[in-house]
Amino acid sequence: MKGVIKYITEIYRGVITLIKGMSVTGKYFVTSSRTIVTQKYPENRKDLQMFDRFKGEVIMTHNDKNEHSCTGCGICEMNCPNGSIEIITRTEEKDGKKKKVIDKHIYHLSMCTFCALCVKTCPSNALAFGQNFEHAVFDRKQLTKVLNKPGSVLTKEISE
Amino acid sequence: MKENWLYDFSSLTATIESWLGSTFSPFWALVWEMTIIGLVFLIFYALTGLILVYAERRICAFMQNRLGPNRVGPWGIFQTIADFIKLLMKELVKIKEADKFLFNLAPFIVIIASFMAIAAIPFAKGLQAIDFNIGIFYVMAVSAMGVVGILLAGWSSNNKYSLIGAIRSGAQIVSYELSVGLALMSVVIFSGTLQFSEIVNSQADAWWIFKGHIPAIIAFVIFLIAATAETNRGPFDLAEAESELTAGYHTEYSGIKFAFFFLAEYMNMFIVASIAVTVFLGGWMPLHFWGFESFNHIMDFIPPVIWYLGKTAVVIFIMMWFKWTFPRLRIDQLLTLEWKYLLPINLVNTVVIAFLTMMKWHF
Repeated sequence: MKGVIKYITEIYRGVITLIKGMSVTGKYFVTSSRTIVTQKYPENRKDLQMFDRFKGEVIMTHNDKNEHSCTGCGICEMNCPNGSIEIITRTEEKDGKKKKVIDKHIYHLSMCTFCALCVKTCPSNALAFGQNFEHAVFDRKQLTKVLNKPGSVLTKEISE
Repeated sequence: MKENWLYDFSSLTATIESWLGSTFSPFWALVWEMTIIGLVFLIFYALTGLILVYAERRICAFMQNRLGPNRVGPWGIFQTIADFIKLLMKELVKIKEADKFLFNLAPFIVIIASFMAIAAIPFAKGLQAIDFNIGIFYVMAVSAMGVVGILLAGWSSNNKYSLIGAIRSGAQIVSYELSVGLALMSVVIFSGTLQFSEIVNSQADAWWIFKGHIPAIIAFVIFLIAATAETNRGPFDLAEAESELTAGYHTEYSGIKFAFFFLAEYMNMFIVASIAVTVFLGGWMPLHFWGFESFNHIMDFIPPVIWYLGKTAVVIFIMMWFKWTFPRLRIDQLLTLEWKYLLPINLVNTVVIAFLTMMKWHF
């Protein structure tokens, strides 16, 4: 008798869970006009908003006074597993003190795997991920980018 | 209204038959008749296959929050046609160690099995290629032939994945044929006939799923489950199980031969759905309720073909719905489901139905 009850409750539970599963997909099907996540890319190119965590390319954030926070420490260069970052520094003399500042932060987009090690390990949060993903160019040289904008300097807070 | 050919095809087909009989000798009249029917079914077959593949891709996309094919033509409706042309152009890869004769024969057996089954299905009044007095038995016998093609395909490919897929398919169909047969038997007991046209006529007042109380509903659900397993569709698609067997029995097939297997799968789904509709949901009979005379008259205005195709579409949608909801079963779970659950329930159900019919408790 116990076995029969167990058999029937098993069937009952099975049917209930199957209906639960089908209700989930059924709900998605009915409300599909609102829940679809696929983007129709070339058509909606104008107003396409990529989500926050999208890794398009590595950029260096600059504020409106054209200041970045890269000290040229070279940690990103050391951490990059495939050598897509090269840092060229120069020494500046200020108030009789010699100081290392960044000259060029060179980023080879063609070699980058978007592993995010550089962004994570940057001690001064100078690097970030940009949302741009249309990287197709006709010349490979264009994939080598200088991340610090011309004429930009280190922000005051970090340099002091 | 009843004179219209849309509502009753028997006069139309009789006219064509008498014209052929008066124009040609009996032998050639028969040949022409068979050619016409064959051509009609061929076109119907291709069209249904294309529509079903498109529908399946769209429906599964919506269930998974995707868009599905939407580039070729408006809403992507020409996607399957483009795919079909691509398949026609593809190279037929010759397998070196394969059994060539059986390898080439297998897709034809699979497609012939589904082609033969479609002949006995009543699409509307008088729109049935051949009305056997043992229609249900014929359809079951013929559709079970498809597994021979699958087994041959698996064996002749000389590939371990193909063989495993084919053997699984064999085990699956041998088991689930029992449930399909017993579930159909319930309505055979109710209506007292194996002939499709008679079964449809017995549902003129109401469909068997309503007339037969709960046992008929149980039989319908069991039929749906077992029939899905018989057509090798998900969640019972162990025969092709992509993640384990690459593509199962049709791993080695390419081009148009692969398209045959693909088309046969969708046509089998259509056939299974139309049998479910014919037997449980009244075939081409409109929806009738007792005591709602005006409602019944409105329902009569819709042509039977529309009723038939609409109901089939609903059943096909349900089959696609659970294909895209449930994960694939393991082979032991599959056999457990059949032998420990479906079959005993079905046997008890059949006894209950026989009792109901004996006491005349059904409507």
